[in-house]
Amino acid sequence: MSTTSVQLPGWINYGVIPLINLMLALFFSGLVVWAIGENPFEALQLLVAGALGRGEGIGFTLFYTTSFIFTGLSVAVAIHAGLFNIGSEGQAYLGGLGAALVALSLDRYVPWYVTMPFAVIGAALFGAACAAIPAWLQAKRGSHIVITTIMFNFITSSLMNYVLVHLLIVPGKMAPETRTFLPGGQLPKLDWLIALFGGKLGAAPLNVSFLIALVMCFLVWVLIWRTKLGYEMRTLGISPSAAGYAGIPYAKIVMIAMLISGGLAGMMALNPVMGASGRLQIEFVGGAGFVGIAVSLMGRNHPAGIVLSALLFGILYQGGAELSFDMPSITRDMIVVIQGLVILFAGALEYMLRPAIVRLYQQVGGGK
Amino acid sequence: MGLGSASDPAIELVGIDKKFGAVHANKNINLTVAKGSIHGIIGENGAGKSTLMSILYGFYQADQGEIRISGRPATIRDSQAAIASGIGMVHQHFMLVENFTVLENVMLGAEGGQLLAKGTSSVRKELKRLEDDYGMEVDPDAVVEELPVGTQQRVEILKALYRGAEILILDEPTGVLTPPEADHLFKVLRVLRDQGKTIILITHKLREIMAITDTVSVMRRGEMVATRKTAETTVEELAELMVGRRVLLRVEKGDAAPGNVLLSVRNLTVKDSRGVVMVDDVSFDVRAGEIVGIAGVAGNGQSELLEAIAGIRKPSAGEVWIDGKPAAGIDPRRLRELGLAHIPEDRHHMGLVLKFEEYENAILGYHRDQRFGRGPMLDLDAIRKEAEEKIAKYDIRPPNSRLRTANFSGGNQQKIVVAREIERDPKLLLIGQPTRGVDIGAIEFIHKRIIDMRDAGKAVLLVSVELDEVRSLSDRILVMFAGKVVGEKSGDANEQALGLMMAGIAA
Ligand SMILES: Nc1ncnc2c1ncn2[C@@H]1O[C@H](COP(=O)(O)OP(=O)(O)OP(=O)(O)O)[C@@H](O)[C@H]1O
Ligand SMILES: [Mg+2]
Repeated sequence: MSTTSVQLPGWINYGVIPLINLMLALFFSGLVVWAIGENPFEALQLLVAGALGRGEGIGFTLFYTTSFIFTGLSVAVAIHAGLFNIGSEGQAYLGGLGAALVALSLDRYVPWYVTMPFAVIGAALFGAACAAIPAWLQAKRGSHIVITTIMFNFITSSLMNYVLVHLLIVPGKMAPETRTFLPGGQLPKLDWLIALFGGKLGAAPLNVSFLIALVMCFLVWVLIWRTKLGYEMRTLGISPSAAGYAGIPYAKIVMIAMLISGGLAGMMALNPVMGASGRLQIEFVGGAGFVGIAVSLMGRNHPAGIVLSALLFGILYQGGAELSFDMPSITRDMIVVIQGLVILFAGALEYMLRPAIVRLYQQVGGGK
Repeated sequence: MGLGSASDPAIELVGIDKKFGAVHANKNINLTVAKGSIHGIIGENGAGKSTLMSILYGFYQADQGEIRISGRPATIRDSQAAIASGIGMVHQHFMLVENFTVLENVMLGAEGGQLLAKGTSSVRKELKRLEDDYGMEVDPDAVVEELPVGTQQRVEILKALYRGAEILILDEPTGVLTPPEADHLFKVLRVLRDQGKTIILITHKLREIMAITDTVSVMRRGEMVATRKTAETTVEELAELMVGRRVLLRVEKGDAAPGNVLLSVRNLTVKDSRGVVMVDDVSFDVRAGEIVGIAGVAGNGQSELLEAIAGIRKPSAGEVWIDGKPAAGIDPRRLRELGLAHIPEDRHHMGLVLKFEEYENAILGYHRDQRFGRGPMLDLDAIRKEAEEKIAKYDIRPPNSRLRTANFSGGNQQKIVVAREIERDPKLLLIGQPTRGVDIGAIEFIHKRIIDMRDAGKAVLLVSVELDEVRSLSDRILVMFAGKVVGEKSGDANEQALGLMMAGIAA
């Protein structure tokens, strides 16, 4: 009580504490690496070099970052309204269908920049649709959103299997995926962005959806802290009884928040589907929806924090892949363990260190 | 009796100093509390009373100063240390696990071993002994959330005593109690004192200070400005010491000039979530330019009545008309558009979002107004400007619209709500417990604002467990008992007659 009620300045809350948490995570990851007989410092160096060393590495890192920003924002919007959306994974998956349908129908006729806005809308609509039923069940029936969104991850997965295997597959081909979009249905790579810093993008799939993600960060910030709707969402998220007193309609806000959340998750599909592979593939989300939960928690549900933590997870993904390539004894599973440690320290154990830091802060004189 | 051996201090605070950023909450405080005495602490909202007690209880660390317990210097780093030093605290807001039983709450954190069964039987025995010793009856197997507030508070006290508290701190314990519950509490406190316990009591009610304390200390703006033997002081002196000026302890108002009916309630019936009828076929009118008070022992349907009119609870039958327009079962936002404002009974639960900054709470319920931003946007500059005007007008301290609401003192939080609702200039004002936790200076101010509202031709419906408050403000008083309006009296009704009606004896 004494320490949780203390207001810490932003630079401690959003700077020092996450940094210390990250250091701890790295320390324990180092122990793990050391335990299997590799040099932790060398491993760290390989990881960082793999993620940030060359233009191509950076391109991959930012590609992953893009997906995590979308799903992180998705989770954050729902959390501000007091809803724990575990369904970003499935919403992103269905969003892919929306984006692909737009790309497949327009790519022959128009250039990419005409297709893009429709694809954004298509992806968002399909993602929102996937969130709509759990939202409605929560709003009107009180079925817990956590349970229903988890269930919808499975439902979406089966549905997409069906759609890809039976409807969208290219006749005569083995892989359950659509045809490759023409350039009019693909989002261009951001070679120029990396070139700006003197690097080469190479084969990395960093594309225009990275910029869309940054725009969404700004829009989410405006929504939550600068609009009446955001105010109502935050009121409901913190105190449902105060929201009732203020005449904030529960069912309506739950629906809107979840639709926005689902829409943001859906937009994540733009990145892999239209930006990277240029076709809709099975299981293309690959866990990014779940990573979004950690990204949002670690980023304190704030768009700026989400960008940073998405970047961190991007580095871990890309650097981890390189690392397991260079150090065969560090397998993919090891990388997952390390990611798990980061999530543990940055998200779940955030309150472990806080009391001590508050005490220190008060003694060192900030509190005086 | 009661002063014990005054030479024998239970607690000495020496030079205690505490700042929260720019707010100097405690300035070089010295305080000595004699063993076996009841020591009152009074002071304006935000004077630093709760902060001082939180330091004593280990919630906060003082920046400077020393705490001595029974003459020995003590370092109290957290509440565990406080309990180990024999200090127990009953908080302004209870800290009970609502869906646990009384017994489980008392045991919590003191379970005594891995197997609950052994602990349970010994706690049960000990609880029984404490209850007998101090005359506090509580059913150990009752679930806390189903108990009345007064009993929940007894559980808090038992919890402290069970942990061996010799010194008991009570921060505004009577704010939520009905008068009979408060009387019972005082009886318990006297027994505790006579058995040698030391009690520190914070309250805004000078009547209680005079009735029960042995010594009283006065705080003002972070300083300890005076300590008096209760027997040697008067309410007037204390009031003046607190506020630094003479305070009007009576409400001054002229005659009401009632106009047309602004609120009309017809055959209203309200059930609670379990389907129990809380408001039973109630009908009455409130006219422009009058204050109608609802008196009644807490739990007789007043809260539900207010919430039903305010649109928070759906009535199961009956009609409500506001300024001639149907208003039953309408949502609070549209009711506000009809000209209703509502100061809710429970500010923490409804009236405020404690995690918000002050200015965000200053628009709660009115956030859709065009003044606070065009279309879907919020205009933060306009909102803060208005919030700061209200802070100045209502003397809310500290005057900082960017401070988190939870960090305002209880009374100042109440002023935030009052300012928001009264400054809307509504046609009809619903008020539940307008001055709960508010200091006497601010009570004077709030009462005056309410009467100004009336004189400006507004209709006011007031619910308060403070019979004095209802009597001094109301032009007419409706008495509620078991969900029904059992009678109506004029504002200057005799207290005894009202009391009998409230008890359901005379109609
Ligand atoms: N955690 C905190 N952070 C910042 N300011 C605080 C904090 N806690 C208290 N304050 C400020 O310290 C001052 C003293 O507050 P305190 O709660 O002790 O007042 P109080 O005398 O108990 O008032 P009341 O009668 O209204 O309960 C107030 O101005 C309050 O806003
Ligand atoms: Mg207080």
